[in-house]
Amino acid sequence: MAARPLSEVSVGDVVGPVTVPVSRETLVAYANASGDQNPIHQDEAFARSVGLPDVIAHGMWTMGASATVVTDWAGDAGRVVEFGTRFTKPVVVPVGGNELVVQGVVKAVDVETGRVTVDVTTTCEGEKVLGRCIAVVRLD
Amino acid sequence: MAVNPDFVGRTYPPSGPYAVDAALIAAFAAAVGSTDPVHTDPEAARAAGHADVIAPPTMAVRFSQAAERAYVVDPEAGIDYSRVVHGEQRFVHHRPITAGDEVLGTTTVDAVRSAGGHAMVTTRTELSTTTGDALATSTSTIVVRGGED
Repeated sequence: MAARPLSEVSVGDVVGPVTVPVSRETLVAYANASGDQNPIHQDEAFARSVGLPDVIAHGMWTMGASATVVTDWAGDAGRVVEFGTRFTKPVVVPVGGNELVVQGVVKAVDVETGRVTVDVTTTCEGEKVLGRCIAVVRLD
Repeated sequence: MAVNPDFVGRTYPPSGPYAVDAALIAAFAAAVGSTDPVHTDPEAARAAGHADVIAPPTMAVRFSQAAERAYVVDPEAGIDYSRVVHGEQRFVHHRPITAGDEVLGTTTVDAVRSAGGHAMVTTRTELSTTTGDALATSTSTIVVRGGED
């Protein structure tokens, strides 16, 4: 996989949409890889005991899965120079799993610096779960 | 107990070092669904200009949250972790976190403010290697939900 050439990127280009499945097993794998073992992301009884509707995904998993859609488009996961988001709505993960839909739009291309700004929209069950999710990748 | 505003401006001593290896990178990449070979194939990573396999961009959180822990569990800081939700996260990457790195995290408390009965706490963690390479700046805002107590 090679990085996408800057010359092939224009404002208005669409990234995705990509459908990303999430299961309880995904969250256990993410907990182990990230070090975030908060039981609200694994234990349904605990999640309900603190007022949540069910197990919820780590916000950082949702952010990370959204980043993957951008890095796959960029062609090299090392090209992300900035990435930020607000966590606006939890992703509920019932026993049967759930899915995200991640889509991006190129908002700016700086041909001098190679910086490409992508606005990312991540939804679950039709509702946005991330706010102001913006990635900047550097392309040549 | 309210979140203590006197901590704003405080910088904690560097946390770590945390060793980064290929197995950890592969596990994190799999968990966020990234099949880019730069995470798992050293040859592909080198062909893309990296010294070895590299972490997905959000893996920086593993080290920034480890560094922030000294602050959030400090009893004097007044943060009830059972009431914490993650509000906002931002990374500025200086170079990819790479297998073989020994990562240090230095956390500064940037802001403590109140909004609608909740406290919003913003920390900034500078990640670098033990050899002095800047890796990433992680800025995190947690929301400490207000309670009846």
